[in-house]
Amino acid sequence: MSTIERDVVKRADLDALVKEREAELAELKARIAEWEESYDETPKREALFTTISGREVKPLYTELDRDGAEDDALGFPGSYPFTRGPYTTMYRTRLWTKRQFAGFASAEETNERYKYLLEHGQTGLSVAFDFPTLMGYDSDHARSLGEVGVCGVAISSVDDMEALFEGIPLDQVSVSMTINGPAIILFCFYVAAAERQGIDVSVLRGTVQNDILKEYQAQHAWVYPPEPALRCIVDMFEWCSENTPKYNPISISGYHIREAGSTAAEELAFTLRNGFEYVERGIERGLDVDAFAPRLSFFFDVHNDFFEEIAKLRAARRIWARGMKEKYGAKNPDSWRLRTHCQTAGVSLTAQQAENNIVRVAYQAMAAALGGTQSLHTNSMDETLSLPTEKAVRIALRTQQILAFESGVPNTIDPLAGSYFIESLTDELERDALALFDEIDAMGGVVPGIEQGWFQQAIAGSAMRQQREVESGERIVVGVNHYLEGSEKIEIDTLKIDPEVERRQVEKMARMRARRDDDVVASTLAALTEACRTEENVVPLILDCARAYCTLYEIRAAMEEVFGSYKEPVFF
Amino acid sequence: MTDERKVRVLVAKPGLDGHDRGAKVIASAFRDAGFEVIYTGLHQTPEMIVSAAIQEDVDVVAMSVLSGAHMTLFPRVKALLDEAGADHVLLTGGGIIPEDDVAALEREGVGRLFGPGTSTTTAIEYVSEWFSTQQTA
Repeated sequence: MSTIERDVVKRADLDALVKEREAELAELKARIAEWEESYDETPKREALFTTISGREVKPLYTELDRDGAEDDALGFPGSYPFTRGPYTTMYRTRLWTKRQFAGFASAEETNERYKYLLEHGQTGLSVAFDFPTLMGYDSDHARSLGEVGVCGVAISSVDDMEALFEGIPLDQVSVSMTINGPAIILFCFYVAAAERQGIDVSVLRGTVQNDILKEYQAQHAWVYPPEPALRCIVDMFEWCSENTPKYNPISISGYHIREAGSTAAEELAFTLRNGFEYVERGIERGLDVDAFAPRLSFFFDVHNDFFEEIAKLRAARRIWARGMKEKYGAKNPDSWRLRTHCQTAGVSLTAQQAENNIVRVAYQAMAAALGGTQSLHTNSMDETLSLPTEKAVRIALRTQQILAFESGVPNTIDPLAGSYFIESLTDELERDALALFDEIDAMGGVVPGIEQGWFQQAIAGSAMRQQREVESGERIVVGVNHYLEGSEKIEIDTLKIDPEVERRQVEKMARMRARRDDDVVASTLAALTEACRTEENVVPLILDCARAYCTLYEIRAAMEEVFGSYKEPVFF
Repeated sequence: MTDERKVRVLVAKPGLDGHDRGAKVIASAFRDAGFEVIYTGLHQTPEMIVSAAIQEDVDVVAMSVLSGAHMTLFPRVKALLDEAGADHVLLTGGGIIPEDDVAALEREGVGRLFGPGTSTTTAIEYVSEWFSTQQTA
């Protein structure tokens, strides 16, 4: 048979195939129309059929909703564009890390809680610092009054960091630290504390949050203005890629953006755009994108709307992979692979009928697992009342264990793939995020958007819309605006921090200050200030300060001399 | 003073805590309800708040505290207001404040403190009622 004859036969076959498909499609459309007709005729409940982010969802999704979707949008787990998961085997090789955020009072007391959590099956540690530490103030600074050890653990020098990890080998446990404004300083305290344990720091595993852009946008624990703050972050990328290659020098976080009130799409877009901003800054410095991008990690919220949250995590992986490969030219698949931590939504917890929070957390945790998270923090039911008690923390951890070992959820990778609804939502969230990227770029990028208050106003606007829905009763919140029986009084023990903690911490600092060599303190601080004036990487100089027991505020101030401090644009 | 005068409210975020979702929602809700609202911005000391309250001649200071430092911050602002001769100013607020602390602060002359899940209407009604009793007194 000649080539021409073969083509003729093929074309005839193809025509028949096309006709057959067209007939099938016409039949499908007819059946959908029939269903829609009967749907329209049937009365519906008076209810809000939108997600908590205000997204309209249809009553039914069919294969028509994925019309025009690209064939390469899903791929396979562990392969580009990672929609179905960052790893080939996902939870069949390793379950998500159960990582509960904890820290209160003094380093010694938090150290006891960490040992308790490790004994109860937790597999990683996550440090919550108090507000003075988050803002770069020492426990004995005037601005710290009343806040020392209250909302987290007080860490003012390497002395405290050593006590925090006493008896916990830092070469074996991965530690996540939630700190941003002064992140580079706390990271150096951590490295110095590991050195004091006699550990080769190149084996350190863990993460420091170090995401300053979302601080200006949402969480508000900043020290320096954006440009010098971004320089410090790139210094960390550079230093960590050479010295602590298994350590994540940033966790690009949507959590705080969402908790401050954003929608799911805003959380997704702002977080990823911030991530790309860090990538651009690294490239501008002259770093090889594949040298630092594989260690960029993420942190998302898992809120109430079950399917939207799952779709958000899937869309995040795809947007990141495509941007890193196509726009930023990364060649290493590890640079394309978005790895994330998730935390259930603190803002969804209610003070009324607080035990119901156990159920909210369980659904959110399940969404995180179905979305393919790498680690998870489940909130405790009593967090709207006070710091969590030991019992509440244990129930939160048990929630994850039930999910991991009883529900069957981890057995199959990305089990919701192919669902008309999930795939359609994933596509929609991706489109929304790309449209928000365009808006941000039109303003001149992330930093101009922050300076104009654009992000802050978008977030506050979304928060206000959600508040109005709850207050008008349109959005039902069980125990808050509906089903109020039993809301009266509940007996939940609350954890209170003894004011003595502050006094003891101040005394401990005085002893530390008396012990150290003042000449070394002064000379390392002066050298740091000088380095800030140049383009030198500041990490080694801060490490020298840390080893000399310079305090957090001393180091902060030595840099502030050159960098200045940040003043927020105030509005509401 | 006429009934027409708008009630002036200073919404304040004392201390080092940056969680301002509640403060901003409250500020917007009071403004929408016809109040004159001034928002301090973040990371204010009690001294900064009281000086703003005096300068702006406010009727109400509404503080949002989620950091657990309420037992330090509320009494300090109350004392500074009294020292400045502004004991007629209502000091109220909200946040994560355990019930027995609320009771203790009320005994020290602090107004009502609202917990999570409170409707903005409840807070607005409280301030409006307080203001009308001040006018008739």
